[in-house]
Amino acid sequence: MVKQPNPIIEFDHFSFQYYSQAEPTLRDINLKIYPGEKILIVGPSGSGKSTLGHCLNGLIPFYYKGSIEGSLKINGIETRNLDIFKLSKMLGTVLQDSDGQFVGLTVGEDIAFAMENDCVPYAEMHTRVDRVAEMVDIAHVKNLSPYELSGGQKQRTALAGVLIDNVDILLFDEPLANLDPATGKTAIEIINDIHQRMGKTILIIEHRLEDVLHRAVDRVIVINEGRIIADMNAHELVSSNVLTSNGIREPLYVTALKYAGVQVTPEIKPGYIWSLDTSGVNEALRRWNRSVVTPPPAPPGPALLTIDHLSFSYDGVRQTLEEINFTITEGEMVSIVGKNGAGKSTLAKLMCGFEKVDKGAILYKGEDIRHKSIKERAEFIGFVMQNPNQMISKNLIFDEIALGLRLRGVAEEEIKERVEQVLEVCGLAPFIDWPISALSYGQKKRVTIASILILRPNILILDEPTAGQDYRHYSEIMEFLRQINETGISIILITHDMHLMLEYTPRAIVLSEGRLITDAPASVVLTTQQVIEQANLKETSLYRLAQLAGIEDGTQFVQHFIDHEKVAAR
Amino acid sequence: MKGIFKVTTRTIVAAGLGAALFALLFMFVKIPSPVPGTYIQTAYGLAGFFGVLFGPIAAGLLSFIGHAISDAVQYGSPWWSWVISSGIAGFIYGFAFKRTRVEEGIFGGKDILTYNIIQVIGNAIAWILVAPVLDIVIYAEPANKVFAQGLMAFASNAVVAGVVGTLLLLAYAATRTKKGSLSKKS
Amino acid sequence: MKTKLFSYNYENTPIHNLSGLIKFICFLLLTFATMYTYDIRVILGMLVFSVIILRISRIRFSQIKVMLIYVLIFIFINAIFTFFFSPEHGVTLYHTRHQIAPLWGNKALTQEQLLYQVTLAFKYLSVVPLGIIFLLTTNPSEFASSVSGVGVPYKASFAVSLTLRYFPDILRVYNDISQAQQARGLEMSVKAKMKERVKNSLMIIIPLIFSTLERIEVVTNAMDLRGFGKEKRRTWYCVQKLRPADYIALAVSIVVTLIVAAVAYFINHGRYFNPFI
Ligand SMILES: Nc1ncnc2c1ncn2[C@@H]1O[C@H](COP(=O)(O)OP(=O)(O)OP(=O)(O)O)[C@@H](O)[C@H]1O
Ligand SMILES: Nc1ncnc2c1ncn2[C@@H]1O[C@H](COP(=O)(O)OP(=O)(O)OP(=O)(O)O)[C@@H](O)[C@H]1O
Ligand SMILES: [Mg+2]
Ligand SMILES: [Mg+2]
Repeated sequence: MVKQPNPIIEFDHFSFQYYSQAEPTLRDINLKIYPGEKILIVGPSGSGKSTLGHCLNGLIPFYYKGSIEGSLKINGIETRNLDIFKLSKMLGTVLQDSDGQFVGLTVGEDIAFAMENDCVPYAEMHTRVDRVAEMVDIAHVKNLSPYELSGGQKQRTALAGVLIDNVDILLFDEPLANLDPATGKTAIEIINDIHQRMGKTILIIEHRLEDVLHRAVDRVIVINEGRIIADMNAHELVSSNVLTSNGIREPLYVTALKYAGVQVTPEIKPGYIWSLDTSGVNEALRRWNRSVVTPPPAPPGPALLTIDHLSFSYDGVRQTLEEINFTITEGEMVSIVGKNGAGKSTLAKLMCGFEKVDKGAILYKGEDIRHKSIKERAEFIGFVMQNPNQMISKNLIFDEIALGLRLRGVAEEEIKERVEQVLEVCGLAPFIDWPISALSYGQKKRVTIASILILRPNILILDEPTAGQDYRHYSEIMEFLRQINETGISIILITHDMHLMLEYTPRAIVLSEGRLITDAPASVVLTTQQVIEQANLKETSLYRLAQLAGIEDGTQFVQHFIDHEKVAAR
Repeated sequence: MKGIFKVTTRTIVAAGLGAALFALLFMFVKIPSPVPGTYIQTAYGLAGFFGVLFGPIAAGLLSFIGHAISDAVQYGSPWWSWVISSGIAGFIYGFAFKRTRVEEGIFGGKDILTYNIIQVIGNAIAWILVAPVLDIVIYAEPANKVFAQGLMAFASNAVVAGVVGTLLLLAYAATRTKKGSLSKKS
Repeated sequence: MKTKLFSYNYENTPIHNLSGLIKFICFLLLTFATMYTYDIRVILGMLVFSVIILRISRIRFSQIKVMLIYVLIFIFINAIFTFFFSPEHGVTLYHTRHQIAPLWGNKALTQEQLLYQVTLAFKYLSVVPLGIIFLLTTNPSEFASSVSGVGVPYKASFAVSLTLRYFPDILRVYNDISQAQQARGLEMSVKAKMKERVKNSLMIIIPLIFSTLERIEVVTNAMDLRGFGKEKRRTWYCVQKLRPADYIALAVSIVVTLIVAAVAYFINHGRYFNPFI
């Protein structure tokens, strides 16, 4: 056994309590991280993951006030004795919000920001920027400004901005939120590449466990309620019940193995789909696959919303959407998927009247609604926007959710009743008196969903409803959406989450570069290589599992999984 | 007076983003006044609000930059005499920084009074004194005309900084959370 | 929707290729020269000079039409105001009185007033092209380093860069908030009464300002984490090395400024050109 080097990060009985909180957010953390390790941190929303990150990069206590107990050492030095500048030379942070992090007017300037502050001379600065830009493959967009970049390119810029400093430790807070699946996959590959080539210590905070496990990690740390619940490798983790009991989603193929009655143990290396040894379980999988019976599909209801040859452009030069055609029927649940910048959010804005259609028509129950105002359309279409901060206008959760009803002149008693009911459903009841500013991103997102749900629209459009949500709240929200869907409300989900699409929406509409490229069952979309590539999607691990097990019709296997899931959920 | 002139990263960011907000309000959210060519500018309410939150440097910079930029966008070149006066007004609003209890979540009668006295003094110096004098020095404009204009600007800006600024501060105070006040209800 | 503050587009002209710092210094020199002089001949000369530069930098009329209309309206209203308040201001400035036509009371239209007001109008007008040239030919990325180059502390200069960076974001948020509120039943169209509209626009401004406060926290964190403000000075990624053309431009501006000063000192013996005595 090799002698362990000294830990690069060491938490010792560490606790932290925010100034405004009545209880500690982090409790008695004991954790050692060694140089060159790659660590994944998972945990439910609000469990204290970002807080842990803030303690590492010095924002706590430099910026966020509160009380600290115990010790935290980086490179053997107590962080309390360091300032944020010294810390920033040891640890680089890629923040959760990639727009806020982008402080330069162009990509090049943003990458150079830390060097400018260090008074690095002009020539050296340009050489180093060029080198790092090359490394993360954004050299060709060096002179573009942030609004001209895709989400993935912004993420790469943020990465380059911290890599330039040659720090030893890199901390990523939800690097995948808002990235399309293929870009997310690339992001994980870049991080992995940097880990391997430069031997950096890497910490990743992320909800999308299966996506991070696209590449190997050394350890996974599970946090719940501010405590470390588990600290083990990926194989042990997915074999244990830690994930499910802490409200974290396990990889889909692991769920499938369990459905097939397979005992998931570290021996079959189930941590990653690419390491999984199926030789002993193939028969079980095949048997299970044959046993599932697909219920006949429900007959389609009458058409509710028809998009007819719709085209749109923001600037009159570049077509953002071109010749889009599809129909949503009553009581349907559909997802719209596709690359970053494909035009998904734009399509939703057009349906709600936020933007004016250039060509084509939008029909609601056969009637053209192009002349209707935003407010008039809001009577039957509800829209939950991608960014929760842009919908929130009140300080208190209660007032925010009640806003729409108050504007419609509903009586106060009824408002109170409906708000409470919706708060319960969205898991926000414990926070009823809180100011919205004290909520985590995921909690805010739920507030905005609640504020639209309460208006009881006929069609509900949700833009990335589950971004930044943990599995428990994800399932709660999705089950809730399914319930209201069963009462006859049609639901359109814009999402980058392939699990969500598979599990909840029988039908998927795929956009790529402003065109509709496929309108088909989700299980077909996610197993058709050509569509996956064109729209930056990601093949589901279930399909891979089917291949491993020698099941010929992979699409049918995926469909069987969904059908089984539905029955199991009841 | 201690520490109100301290420049931190937060001061600079508040000045930069505040200037963007100022310019946006200055260009799009103005109310036409009875006197042609002048507007009631809601932007000064924002400057007052930022003054109380971030201090004289931030508020002075943001009013100066915001006004210069919106002039440049609309007229092609900043109108220096008024741009400088805006900067001075904002700077003086900032003297209310750390003199109110707004960060503790309280903005009562006494705080409202403090803010408004400072705000009125700032507007008086900027619009009744500095702007007309600069107009006379730079453009040799007639004195009675520029002082009349200055008085108008003083009145409208003091009212806006008073009303809008106070409303914003009240709303802000309501979002402040007190120490140890947040706990989950079960 | 317009998102960027200035429609800067690179073109290969001598003016575009100048360094931002030099352009900024020239802009300040020429602006102050124009603001100082009260000689209509000099002012017209400056106007012709700046219009020639405007042509050299290939700025099209369509780019500046709206600004020009705004300026003309402003100058017109200002002229009426000036005349209404002080019809005799020219007389006090030039110390003579050549009446053209009597007006109300003992007031009259005089040659002095006419000269004063025409000079004033052209003075206002002639600083505009200078500003436009600077704005439309300078890469916004160079603004901050240019401002810092003339001696403004770098932190204050960086605030300018932040304003340019976040203006489009804030404008987009403004539109998004406004639409989201309308979708929940807020009436923003002309149908609403004035008082309602003021109240409703507050419902948009307040979230806009509060979301900006939050943005300020995030950006501050991001900048602190990357070491902003730890040294007494900083270097800039976007500065141009000075080239011969830059020195020529600087020399030309200095010469022009000196000419203006010389005309004032030797010919006019002061700021004013006085043809009446
Ligand atoms: N500045 C703050 N002041 C007071 N409380 C805070 C602050 N920031 C976070 N909290 C609280 O601390 C808890 C943990 O928040 P944190 O942001 O660390 O969660 P998280 O695990 O990153 O969640 P998410 O997955 O939703 O991002 C939450 O309950 C939150 O309300
Ligand atoms: N307000 C706007 N003005 C101009 N262009 C815009 C605007 N909003 C979006 N765009 C552009 O339109 C295209 C489509 O954007 P949209 O936001 O609809 O993409 P999306 O599919 O929702 O992407 P994502 O998955 O990243 O959310 C992009 O190229 C984007 O830059
Ligand atoms: Mg977080
Ligand atoms: Mg989108």
